[in-house]
Amino acid sequence: MSTHTKMAAKRKAPDSRTETDAANGRRRSPTRVNPALYLFPLPAVAIIAFFLVMPTLQAFQYAITDWNGFSAAFNYVGLDNFVRAFTKDSLFTNALTNNLKFVLMVVIAQTAFSLVLALLLTKNSRGSILLRALFFFPTILSSVSVAFIWKFIYDPNFGLANAVLDGVGLEALQGSYLGNNAQALYWVAVTQVWFHAGQMMVVYIAGLQAIPRELYEAAEMDGAGKWQQFKSITWPFVAPATSIVVAYTTVQSFKAFDLILGIAGNPPKQSLDILSTRIYSTFANSEFGYAAAQSIIFMAMIALVTWLQRRLLRLTPKGE
Amino acid sequence: MLASLSRRAILGIYAVIIIVPLTVVGFGSFKSTQELFAGPFSLPQSLSPANYAEVIGGQDLGSSFMNSVFVTAISVPLTLFLASLAGYAISRLKGFMAWAIFGFLVLGMAIPAQANMVPLYVLFGRLGLLDSLAGLVLANVVSTLPIAVFILGGFMRTLPKELYEASSIDGTGPWRTYVSIALPLSAPSVAAAAIFLFVIHWNELLYPLLFIQSPGNRTLPLALLSFQGEFQTNYPLLFAGVILASLPVVVAYVFLQRYFVAGITAGASKG
Repeated sequence: MSTHTKMAAKRKAPDSRTETDAANGRRRSPTRVNPALYLFPLPAVAIIAFFLVMPTLQAFQYAITDWNGFSAAFNYVGLDNFVRAFTKDSLFTNALTNNLKFVLMVVIAQTAFSLVLALLLTKNSRGSILLRALFFFPTILSSVSVAFIWKFIYDPNFGLANAVLDGVGLEALQGSYLGNNAQALYWVAVTQVWFHAGQMMVVYIAGLQAIPRELYEAAEMDGAGKWQQFKSITWPFVAPATSIVVAYTTVQSFKAFDLILGIAGNPPKQSLDILSTRIYSTFANSEFGYAAAQSIIFMAMIALVTWLQRRLLRLTPKGE
Repeated sequence: MLASLSRRAILGIYAVIIIVPLTVVGFGSFKSTQELFAGPFSLPQSLSPANYAEVIGGQDLGSSFMNSVFVTAISVPLTLFLASLAGYAISRLKGFMAWAIFGFLVLGMAIPAQANMVPLYVLFGRLGLLDSLAGLVLANVVSTLPIAVFILGGFMRTLPKELYEASSIDGTGPWRTYVSIALPLSAPSVAAAAIFLFVIHWNELLYPLLFIQSPGNRTLPLALLSFQGEFQTNYPLLFAGVILASLPVVVAYVFLQRYFVAGITAGASKG
């Protein structure tokens, strides 16, 4: 039965739409556009062109030079800067690896955790609303503030984490956190999730509240368990929210510059160096050409990862 | 039963993980270093504002607070104004031009600040905008204009076209229509964008770090960062700085909580 109606709808819909659209278009087009309207976006367009687009294009030019930022003379060195980044500069490849690890950890942890929080707080009870406000709160703080707070939590001698472990008799679990090179990045990832999970939770709550209640009632009558309901109703329905959360978290964690600089100092030690901090150090070291090349790799990296995610996570609600 | 128990456990534990550090920071800002290290959870022995006084007086955090106020107070309205002008035009223009202008402005969201910081630094140097608050305002506007256009333009496109048509039949020019029809009707999205921009501009670190050299021109986040370098483990002092730097946003959050969520999620779900 359902295939029948679908086919019928398919056959009918396009023709009827084009007809009315064409008619509408013909009727509406005569309303003339006041030419003065073109003046309105002009300031914004000029600013973006001059201070965003032009510099970005210029970055490509700087990237193929050995310019130090000050002297008038410089040479075009072709792709040397790019070759150097990937083959001769262990600091850069280290930052790249750190960055990819960091993004992967944060994306997985933050997406899962913010969904769990959202699932637990969907109902609009007073308690839920209060907790949502609390969980969202860290998002509005500055990264430098968040970094300081967590630097204190992780402080091996006086820090909060060790004090708590001491208090509950788990001294064995005490650690030096950021001091431990193998673990430091994980602890900063924890901080990043604390910082932004509440924000992503809100995105998920909006998605969850759009699911019609009747679906769950029907599923319950059919005897579906909680897990079954989550798998076949909730998850497919929050798919669009998931793509937003994953995409946003990726870009956010690629750019965790402020947090790293605040928690690890400037310049950060190698185990916490990520692409943006590395670019900044290269820039501060007056290697403008090389820094520009690194920033282009950085931009390409973000674009590539975002594109890959779109390909891999083509998450759309079931039936569309 | 078990489910509701574990629900409470998860929510309770996470609430503690948020509340406890913030409380410790609040208490700690009134303590001496020894007092903090002796017992981070204890109430401060006295509510002496010594740390705050030292932060404001000793360093130039007082002047950097004013710098942040100045930069934010100009950047936010300016960005909103430029973005709403563009959004308005986009909502009234038709076809290719509207699409092209919108696309051009919004494309900037794909360019991370670190990607063009080198040429922007060079450009600012040539224009004499380095080490100036005006330069910071401009950098803030440039970096957030794309997303502001996205939020405002997206909203304005949903306004009924009939309103514009009616007003143009009445003989109102585009400027009048912008001021008395488009802007008032877009108030919810302007408010959401305003809060989003306020949080970003107030907390901005990269541009001050890049452009500002003299201590007198520092903004709060930058002053805080350099502070940390000087007072490695003087946590009470850092905490007082953290609280001072967060105060305006926190006070606004307490009163406008709903709009904050709307604003920052508008940024999140569309950024």
